[in-house]
Amino acid sequence: MTEPGGIGAGSEHGEQFRGTDDYLETSTPEQYLPDGGEIPELQVDVASIHPELADEGKVAELVAADRHVRAAEGEPLLQMQGVTVRFGGLVALDDVTFDIKRGEILGLIGPNGAGKTTCFNTMTGIYRPSAGSVVFDGRPIGAIKRHAITQLGIARTFQNIRLFSDMTALENVIVGTDARHRTSVPGAVFRSKRHRVEERDAIDRGMALLEFVGIGNRATQQARNLPYGDQRRLEIARALATEPKLLCLDEPAAGFNPAEKQDLSELIQKIRDDGFTVLLIEHDMRLVLGVTDRVVVLEFGRKIADGLPTEVSQDPAVIAAYLGVPDDATA
Amino acid sequence: MTGTAIGKPRTADRPHGGTGDRVRLWWDALPRQTQWLFGIPAFALVAALPVLRPPVLTTVGTDFGGVLAQFGMYALLAVGLNVVVGQAGLLDLGYVGFYAIGAYTVALLTSPNSPWNLTDDWLSRSWGWLFALPIAIAITAVSGLILGSPTLRLRGDYLAIVTLGFGEIVRLLADNLSDITGGGRGLSSIAYPVVGTSEKRPFGVFSAGNTQHAPTYGVWWFWLSLILLAITLILIGNLERSRVGRAWVSIREDEDAAEIMGVPTFRFKLWAFVIGASIGGLSGALYAGQVQFVVPSSFNVINSMLFLCAVVLGGQGNKLGVIAGAFIVVYLPNFFLGRTSLLGIPIDGNTIANYKYLFFGLALIVLMIFRPQGLFPARQKLLTYGRELYVAARRAAGYGKPAPEPTTEQGGAS
Ligand SMILES: Nc1ncnc2c1ncn2[C@@H]1O[C@H](COP(=O)(O)OP(=O)(O)O)[C@@H](O)[C@H]1O
Ligand SMILES: [Mg+2]
Repeated sequence: MTEPGGIGAGSEHGEQFRGTDDYLETSTPEQYLPDGGEIPELQVDVASIHPELADEGKVAELVAADRHVRAAEGEPLLQMQGVTVRFGGLVALDDVTFDIKRGEILGLIGPNGAGKTTCFNTMTGIYRPSAGSVVFDGRPIGAIKRHAITQLGIARTFQNIRLFSDMTALENVIVGTDARHRTSVPGAVFRSKRHRVEERDAIDRGMALLEFVGIGNRATQQARNLPYGDQRRLEIARALATEPKLLCLDEPAAGFNPAEKQDLSELIQKIRDDGFTVLLIEHDMRLVLGVTDRVVVLEFGRKIADGLPTEVSQDPAVIAAYLGVPDDATA
Repeated sequence: MTGTAIGKPRTADRPHGGTGDRVRLWWDALPRQTQWLFGIPAFALVAALPVLRPPVLTTVGTDFGGVLAQFGMYALLAVGLNVVVGQAGLLDLGYVGFYAIGAYTVALLTSPNSPWNLTDDWLSRSWGWLFALPIAIAITAVSGLILGSPTLRLRGDYLAIVTLGFGEIVRLLADNLSDITGGGRGLSSIAYPVVGTSEKRPFGVFSAGNTQHAPTYGVWWFWLSLILLAITLILIGNLERSRVGRAWVSIREDEDAAEIMGVPTFRFKLWAFVIGASIGGLSGALYAGQVQFVVPSSFNVINSMLFLCAVVLGGQGNKLGVIAGAFIVVYLPNFFLGRTSLLGIPIDGNTIANYKYLFFGLALIVLMIFRPQGLFPARQKLLTYGRELYVAARRAAGYGKPAPEPTTEQGGAS
């Protein structure tokens, strides 16, 4: 916790320049195995261990867990109020104001470098705004520690995948569920009752989450060995595991082919139907128009449009700023 | 994040495939009872080493029991340091400081040379060591807290440098506060548990005077440290397979992401430090009791490097691996000590033993090039009840079956 560095300063930024090559570095297990997979992959037959997870409704129920929705749908959940973020001379966000309403899928779009990821970083406490404030669930998050912000109910995925690569898929998700657990260190040493209850709950919920995003059979594989698309899904499952009120997805479809994008937009809709509010950064206009309820457009750190997807896509300023740029130039 | 090799490594590029992985897959899929059936005799065999005194293996230049006692203490140190370095990924170069604090606490409370000696009046010398043991552990834990609170906000290289300084400060204090610590002369006649007195052993089995009759005092200290090691391993294992162990690994893997996933990173780093420190203190207390004499020069910073060497050699993160590392670090130099020939080839064992730091340094360099994850890397298990799932996955993949024809099983599963 030194400067507002951390994620943004070093690594996440490096990623911008590594760009689309990123996913090429994460390889599949087959590439590692000496002669074509001499040792078979470990796959979990979920149905045999958790038969109750065969029912999709049951899975969705387990995933939704017990979030108490205090305000009605449509009330603002998160408010960006005149947020300005500066890096030296560069103004990454310039007096940005918008609301995210409960129960909606809000799209956040804009050309590369427009400040979308910076927006996420400000919401999750990685950067603190130089002016303005972020209010979540009626509370300004200005001075709240990052892990406490997660506990308030904001979860995110990363534009470049940042899984705990040495852990298995299930363990990654369970780190997320731990955000809601209270076992103390002595409790863990001596295996207190709470510890045992929470550990069981963690596995049940963790498996349900993996099934929910469609990678239950990968539970015991190390995150680094998962195929690229499954890694993206795992990031979503891990974020959902923290039982967020607001789920922020940073370019979850980067590097996906059209079929995978279709699956993803179905997943996003499923997440919303399960009661989560979603903030989606995405480059692919078709995906954004298809799945979001409302869209905010950023350009050079300023908000230039905010409205229904159909309206926004007709907006001349947006067309000039964003839609004019061919898709492949932005990825 | 800095790319320090030690502290956040273990990125084996082959997930499965080596012999070690096969053995592990087989082992993990065994039922618990079968594992105990293998484990207990293995433990007993290790404990029986100094009695069996196997040919070749038994040291010639030094007392074999004494070497094993030292191994027991180093094994504890390696397990404690592994919590900090291997699990939480915090590079601590001053771990010897905690070892020293543990040893000096026992010494200060029970040595007649110390101004704070309690064994003159109300505390009997037979119970002095046992009384001082929990105090030593508590004081090292607190010193871990004091060192950790300001420094764990630093990352990577800064932490390494500050802890290095800490190790040196502890030693310098021991050297310079001569009124209390006896300075360079040290503190002698430290209490030890007086048990098993007999005609042959008038001061009990743990007394440094018990050298005439086997098992000698070194062997008894070895046994005592093995018991403490087993308890430590069970408790640390419980931690590892809980949200605490997962928090540590997540911090090691990606501290920022961990924080964003709701892990209170500072708090868990501090816990790793405190737990590591208290295990170091425990080992120090054992050392003080066994040697019955402490001097500052036993706690040089180079010892920290030796402990770290045990952890890195063995395989950071793997508890059994780092114990093997501790064995290598303690045993190998002693193996050569006093040996004049090996397999019929004449050697100068003493010289080889004297150059141990050189050899360990070279070994580390070679290891970092060819096997950065250590000799015995293993992925930690981080779930209390994940066994079912993993066993099912492994069975499905053709492991841990009575396996009449594993090839077809494998073919069917993949
Ligand atoms: N930590 C940082 N240090 C310096 N500049 C940064 C940092 N983070 C973001 N920026 C700059 O802020 C601008 C917005 O970046 P970002 O939010 O990542 O854009 P987007 O996600 O919309 O592509 C870019 O010009 C980027 O270079
Ligand atoms: Mg971005």
